Amino acid sequence: MHPILTRPERLALYLGAWTLIGVLIAGVLSRQGLTFAEALVLVLPLFLAYSFVCLSAWYVCRAVPLRSSGPLRVLVASATSSAIAGGIWLALAYAWIAVFESMPDLAGMGARDRQQIPLLLSAAVLLFLLALAVTYLGLAFEEAREAEQRQYELEAHARNAELRALRAQLDPHFLYNCLNSIAALTTADAGGARRMCLLLGEFLRSTLHVGALARIPLGDELALADRFLAIEQVRFGDRLQVARHIDQSSLAARVPPLFLQPLVENAVTHGIAEALEGGTITVDVNRAGDRLAIAIENPCDPDALTPMRHGTGMTNVRQRLNTMFGNAASMSARAEAGRFRVDISLPFSSSDD
Amino acid sequence: MALSGYQTLTMPSNDTPIRVAIVDDEALARSVLREYLAARPDAEIVAECANGFEAVKVVAELRPDLLFLDVQMPKLDGFEVLDLVGRDVAVIFVTAYDQYALRAFEVHAVDYLLKPFSAERLAEALERARDRLRRGERIAAAEVAKAARPTDSHASRVLVRDGSRVHVLPVAKIAYVQAQDDYAAFYCEGKEYLKEQTLTDVESSLDPAKFVRIHRSYLLNLDWLSRVELDERENRIAILTDGRRLPVSRAGYTRLSELL
Repeated sequence: MHPILTRPERLALYLGAWTLIGVLIAGVLSRQGLTFAEALVLVLPLFLAYSFVCLSAWYVCRAVPLRSSGPLRVLVASATSSAIAGGIWLALAYAWIAVFESMPDLAGMGARDRQQIPLLLSAAVLLFLLALAVTYLGLAFEEAREAEQRQYELEAHARNAELRALRAQLDPHFLYNCLNSIAALTTADAGGARRMCLLLGEFLRSTLHVGALARIPLGDELALADRFLAIEQVRFGDRLQVARHIDQSSLAARVPPLFLQPLVENAVTHGIAEALEGGTITVDVNRAGDRLAIAIENPCDPDALTPMRHGTGMTNVRQRLNTMFGNAASMSARAEAGRFRVDISLPFSSSDD
Repeated sequence: MALSGYQTLTMPSNDTPIRVAIVDDEALARSVLREYLAARPDAEIVAECANGFEAVKVVAELRPDLLFLDVQMPKLDGFEVLDLVGRDVAVIFVTAYDQYALRAFEVHAVDYLLKPFSAERLAEALERARDRLRRGERIAAAEVAKAARPTDSHASRVLVRDGSRVHVLPVAKIAYVQAQDDYAAFYCEGKEYLKEQTLTDVESSLDPAKFVRIHRSYLLNLDWLSRVELDERENRIAILTDGRRLPVSRAGYTRLSELL
């Protein structure tokens, strides 16, 4: 259905514009031997009727789209359709003038009107071409807007998928164990139980918050990792020690949210949880000019049942770094001398551009 | 070599408390169980273990009736402990979340508690365990352990219990396994380790691309095979990299040829 015909207010606007055009043409004709009133009577009904003919420009534009049709095709289609529109206008004009001529009082006016036909015909054909041009322009705008909308939806979709993946990654095992620790603390150490609830609440809240952002300061990401480790320290007690060496000048760096989290989780679940005596997780962040070097290290047992490896967490981190920094970021992992170490190198940038 | 064979089990009556050991690597998780069990006159805690090795030792030395056994633990997980001591003690598994384990528990009607759990839930599990003890029921350890692992994974090590000690044999270092009556003998780094298990059970737990049944009584690690020869009586003999010689049956030779 034609977009102008579907909405009454659009049709009113369209007919208003044509009325204006009709009045203008009548004004021109009033200098060509017709009175303004005579010209108005001739032109206005004729062109208002013709305005409906011009609506067909939309169908022509749809049938011969600019993007996918060659210029010759557009030219031929425009010429043919405007010629047909001109023909129809001519028929309408002769019919309208015949009406005048059938009335004895107006017969003289009909004869004068006929003299104006060539001028009016060229105006009608030009107006049809104008209608074609305006329609093509409108369609192009609409297309651009739709493309933008599609792009936006695509991005939103990608972000949602990423968030879903992240949530799935947030180990249910971790949550249930936290709840069990809280259940244990309630009788033995009520204050500890409350601290644990607060830590867990903060951790979950900030995970959900930063997960919705495109990029966050490294300082926030490190704070999140700290909360996670604090919770795990309640669970593992002395078995989990944490050593941090953070270059304060690196904290403003913009990084993808939750990109360290899977690595810290790995360090706990595959490093600490697999070691009888536990051990120390180290988090090192250094900045050298416009480069950041991040290293996460944990004890690892080569004979562990679930040995440290490049699991889904690692793959995810690699992808996210790649999406944001392309080849400018790199990540490597190695196990030696009972320690597992992940090294990340990425550009330091404190702005979002 | 000392072997822990099948033990006669004490069947607790309703009056004697069940002797319980708690096995969990997390101190807080142990403390919940301790607290719940302290309120129950029908249970007595005889030991708390922070890992699987301690659990095996406690089962051998203190003979508890029942283990509360955490699934995820370092070095030896709950299923490996079950594999080692499942004949000698009843088990209630305790886990936070493990989809494979839960399916295995459901299929094999194994009692389990999901962390966090209530005192009431513990009481129910304890009651069921008492019934099982009375009937002398035992968990089919190997089957549960197998069902609890992802289907495409194969054992990366074999655990053998020697009294209160546990030997961990990395699969790559096992040259071959020999059937000896009710036992499987694992040959690993010049030593022989006996485990109460059929050779067919052993075979099904190991990677079929690596371990071949070359004979009714022999399962061979292909990485240790040097060559196959014919002896003076036209019998095929597998020569291992260390010079050891194992018989190869006709069917075994067919299986071997398919893999080489």
